[in-house]
Amino acid sequence: MNIIVCIKQVPSVTNVQIDPKTGRLKRDGVESVINPFDEYAIEEGVRIREKVGGKVIVITMGPPQAESALREALSRGADEAFLISDRTFGGADTLATSYTLSSAIKFIGNYDIIICGKQASDGNTAQVGPGVAEMLNIPHVAYVRKIELLSDKSIRVERIMEDGYDLIESPFPTLLTVVKEINNPRIPSLRSKMFSKKAFIRILDAATIGVDAKKIGLNGSPTQVMKIFTPPQRNCGEKFSGDAKDIAVALVRRLSELGIV
Amino acid sequence: MGNNIRVLTDKCVGCKMCESECPFGAISVLERLEYNRRFELAVIDLNKCSYCGSCIRICKFDAIELRKYEVQSEIDKSLYRGVWVYAEQRHGKVSNIVYELLNKGHILAEELGTFLSAVLIGSGIKSKAQELIERGANKVYVCDDPIFVEFQDDPYASILTELIERERPEIILMGATNIGRSFAARVAARIHTGLTADCTSLEVDTVTKNLQQTRPAFDGNIMATILTSKHRPQMATVRYKVFKEARAEVGRNGEIIEYKVDTRTLLNRTKFLSFVKNIPNIVNLSDANIVVSVGRGLGKPEGLKLIKELTECLGGAIGASRAAVDSGWISDMHQIGQTGKTVAPKVYIACGISGQIQHIVGMSSSDIIIAINKDVTCPMMQIASYAINGDLYEIIPNIIKEIKLSEST
Repeated sequence: MNIIVCIKQVPSVTNVQIDPKTGRLKRDGVESVINPFDEYAIEEGVRIREKVGGKVIVITMGPPQAESALREALSRGADEAFLISDRTFGGADTLATSYTLSSAIKFIGNYDIIICGKQASDGNTAQVGPGVAEMLNIPHVAYVRKIELLSDKSIRVERIMEDGYDLIESPFPTLLTVVKEINNPRIPSLRSKMFSKKAFIRILDAATIGVDAKKIGLNGSPTQVMKIFTPPQRNCGEKFSGDAKDIAVALVRRLSELGIV
Repeated sequence: MGNNIRVLTDKCVGCKMCESECPFGAISVLERLEYNRRFELAVIDLNKCSYCGSCIRICKFDAIELRKYEVQSEIDKSLYRGVWVYAEQRHGKVSNIVYELLNKGHILAEELGTFLSAVLIGSGIKSKAQELIERGANKVYVCDDPIFVEFQDDPYASILTELIERERPEIILMGATNIGRSFAARVAARIHTGLTADCTSLEVDTVTKNLQQTRPAFDGNIMATILTSKHRPQMATVRYKVFKEARAEVGRNGEIIEYKVDTRTLLNRTKFLSFVKNIPNIVNLSDANIVVSVGRGLGKPEGLKLIKELTECLGGAIGASRAAVDSGWISDMHQIGQTGKTVAPKVYIACGISGQIQHIVGMSSSDIIIAINKDVTCPMMQIASYAINGDLYEIIPNIIKEIKLSEST
């Protein structure tokens, strides 16, 4: 079984403070981490390989620094890693990113399952997984919380919906986006960390994967950012303290004025 | 070809305005000895820059120069007319978000001087079309076939793409639901157009006919307005509860168009096996008007009983911080925050939640935030509309009593 896991490097928000003046995240010294949802994707890929053999290839599109995310994925059990990186890929929206990733996957070739996290924690669009599947002309199932191998040709998955879950069967090759309920990612062992430090990571640039220059990066992106602004800041409104009964009376009066109770 | 941005080193004074303005953290102000200036200068990391121009607007010294490559429009935009709402249904029930989208869609269509249409895909759902007309649609395209009885990406994406290519709408709005977020991206990729996720505001520029799509970016700390100016249709998914539901106007007239589906040629690679309705009294957190959320401050699992009582009496849904989920007090279906759900209810009641940034990003766009906490200095109390200082085990029973009292009078 050949499994490709797509990951993204994102800014970590652990212990990040909000700048009280601008209301923005303070980005100084913010470390970059693997998108939290992708950790479940890596773990699931590794578990499938442990069950049936094969290999897990992890890929990411990003600047040269994104190599560290790939090394972490290797320490979590992936076998090989590719960094899809080129100046011309910069500023890509979800469509251009889907195109670039799918071109790289075609270049790598020979895969049965592609696994992605359900969305990235910085953009939160959840669009790249289904976009990649479309461009590779393969089926996909999103919001997967359980994967069962049926044979070497198909898979059965549970897809979380707002009112329960759906059971769906998909033939290979297929693309799945997974939610956190699917597993508990392992902690990398010392040995796997050593392996990941020394592993060779191949860089795939635009020329190598043979992309159409009109479909990549900012110029290949149908959406453009018109403006960026800080939302009006939330300030503390009314403060209540003292006797619990008095507080409750005052609060419920406010809520009824607002038509809530 | 290509975009170019650079710092004019003779004009930059190293004031750091651009450094703090840049939403992508792409600018740093560093010592640049080679330029023989007495102060530090701005440096732009092109790997992070998205050429948004924020730094240019903030710079008082005209020290940043941007040359943007203009993509030429390859399509004739005037051929695309009309606003569409995807009328999502599941198990025969039209989702509430559809009525919210019809309300906004109607306004956009009027501003553009065009029509509002709804697209209904399913099996045995024809009877739902009239209500969509009563809620504001001028036309309803109905694709009714047993193949659509359950949602699967392949057939749904294929039929919607077919309709779009035939009818050429200029705008398509879809709910940011599990269904919408799963197949909208497939459709957008197939017809090669832009798709903006989770919009919280939509406006049209009546001159250019561009849809200005505003969405939270970078964990909701920044809002970004996105255009799809060179492609049509312009596609957007919209969050729950952003717009009010369109009111029904009984007996309103409109056109119902039954779209014949040739299922033999329709792509359908996956196989639907079954639907399992699970989680007794499942609460759709994203759809709730009121969310009562618990955190570490609950202290013990038994406390959940009190929270449930408050939630029932307000008619809301229960949320939780990661700390409460990790303590095993409540299932992770309820988790709100970075690795959980994002909610934006009318009222968010944070009980014993200190407000770690990972939690705040999942609920900060709520209309009213009520925080109940023993620690007045914690972040949640700083952003709350009503910050209640005290023990939740004393405060909440009193609130419940007061609500019941106010409802009985």
